[in-house]
Amino acid sequence: MSFVERFNQLPEERSPLLRRFEGLLDAGVDLESLAGEAASLTRQHFGRTMRLFAPLYVSNECVNICKYCGFSRDNPILRVTLGVDQVEMEARHLVAEGFRNILLVAGEHPKFVSESYLEDCIRRIRPLVPSISLEVGPMETVEYEPLVRAGAEGLVVYQETYDRQAYAELHTAGPKRNFDWRLECPERAYAAGFRRIGIGALFGLADWRQEARALAAHAEYLLKSCWKASLTISFPRLRPAAGEFEPRVVLTDAELTRLICAFRVCFPQVGLVLSTREPAKLRDGLIPLGVTLMSAGSHTEPGGYTGAGREQLHRTEKGKMIPLIASEGEYATEQFAISDQRSAGEIVARLQGMGFDPVWKDWDSALGGVPIRG
Amino acid sequence: MSLETKPWSVAGRSFSSRLFVGTGKFSSPLAMKEALAACGTELVTVALRRADLSGQDDPSADILNFIDAEKYLIIPNTSGAMNAEEAVRLARLGVAAGLPKWVKLEIHPDPRYLLPDPIETLKATEILVKEGFTVLPYINADPVLAKRLEDSGAATVMPLAAPIGSNRGLETRGQLEIIIEQARIPVVIDAGLGTPSHAAAAMELGADAVLVNTAIAIASDPSRMARAFARAVEAGRAAHEMGLPAARREASATSPLTGFLDAEGGRA
Repeated sequence: MSFVERFNQLPEERSPLLRRFEGLLDAGVDLESLAGEAASLTRQHFGRTMRLFAPLYVSNECVNICKYCGFSRDNPILRVTLGVDQVEMEARHLVAEGFRNILLVAGEHPKFVSESYLEDCIRRIRPLVPSISLEVGPMETVEYEPLVRAGAEGLVVYQETYDRQAYAELHTAGPKRNFDWRLECPERAYAAGFRRIGIGALFGLADWRQEARALAAHAEYLLKSCWKASLTISFPRLRPAAGEFEPRVVLTDAELTRLICAFRVCFPQVGLVLSTREPAKLRDGLIPLGVTLMSAGSHTEPGGYTGAGREQLHRTEKGKMIPLIASEGEYATEQFAISDQRSAGEIVARLQGMGFDPVWKDWDSALGGVPIRG
Repeated sequence: MSLETKPWSVAGRSFSSRLFVGTGKFSSPLAMKEALAACGTELVTVALRRADLSGQDDPSADILNFIDAEKYLIIPNTSGAMNAEEAVRLARLGVAAGLPKWVKLEIHPDPRYLLPDPIETLKATEILVKEGFTVLPYINADPVLAKRLEDSGAATVMPLAAPIGSNRGLETRGQLEIIIEQARIPVVIDAGLGTPSHAAAAMELGADAVLVNTAIAIASDPSRMARAFARAVEAGRAAHEMGLPAARREASATSPLTGFLDAEGGRA
């Protein structure tokens, strides 16, 4: 049974854990005491540490239309797919900043972002980077396997929204329209041998409590069926992006805080991720409450760290590259605007000031690379 | 004021401290360094995945720079390894990076409770012992597995009291008693010891040593907590060496019920 079947039983069939989780989302539960419990569990299971990572966008080409995403194919943005040398240049920049855990991100475009291209990128940066994860268009297990063997150990895939109707309305073209195929992606990734699996919902597309419940159900299912993988959960909120999509619902800071604390209390050992989408003050406040993995100093456009790929900028229409006129811009367009603008160094200093040890390296390339099926 | 417990040894190397300290979860490398110094430990475990194994003195993985290899025996651990193959690979890399040829074998495929895989642990022990490693395997409190590891040449066994980081104390007490009773190699109780009294109880049980990490690392004053654990370990060990009175269900009368036998000319 895949998660699709389990998902289709919701909300009628809820486990005791899910009922508890839903209860904690209720505004009647005192947030301060929930935060206290979350903070204590986080300290017990993760200590006074914070893992750091950086996203490295390799391409913003995309064949999908997702109404909320800056990379949506109908947005007339400046696009580029970095060459492998350029990916290495960006990776070297991040390594010099201290990062040892890099998330390679790309839009979904089989022509520009093929499996063999990704494999080349991984092989090139693996000698520099002990921990490599991917956030790319969903694939089949057999397509993932070479990427695992090349040295990627993590895969991140957000369902975006767990509301089938909203999903259909927001994803109007491209392979991403297939809700169930995306929903099963973490299981295919696990079967291929990925050791770290990241899931999440993009908050702002549908009712947040229902999204949270489905996300919790997904986590509960994956902990049982993909028991050898380290699971992380993310709670991205919609940010301004090309296309000017307006959030359909708002998840307030207090609700996001409640959400993170509820996940921590119900899933004490699971990694919780907070990216630079969120403002500095909120991020600092959430550090002790449950977050265990943070990005820092991020760019969400290919070439954003070093300017790599600038010469190849273009627009893409119907799969064809349209050259730019010089005045159109110097950087590829970002996926979304980040909010926490602090550099990696500034965030490290802040963590240390708060009594947290920033952990850059917690993985070694001697681990992994072998499928874990069976 | 030390209670002067007997020294003990692992693989021919003698130690006076019976407290191993793990180095994860501290708020800073400095806080870790101070806690190690405060408690007089001689045995320190370090996760290889957090250390620099490239030999390039990586500033983003400099944990080893904070541990004086003259003062402490640094025992690399293989945490993160999912099977024997990965653990063996990591152990070899540790030696290549200049670490002692000792390894605390941690193979936990389940990242949630970090419970050790007995089959892979036995396999890795057999390989590493043959390669000349001093192997200290982390295991569930399974007496038969402990004997199998001993027969394979493990230098100690390190059974868990409760899952790593759980602070739940001697949940596996009954099995630990059997392991200690049967062992011909030192038994180091590892994981789950959340308070000094847990550590003292483990030592009273007859453990040769204990390993503590989380409870020290996340304490509001790690150095002070490390000292508290060190004293508890000493107290528990001293009591064990002296011999503890057996626990009884009922009060025992100060005047024995069979005292009349002495009066009648001796017991049967």
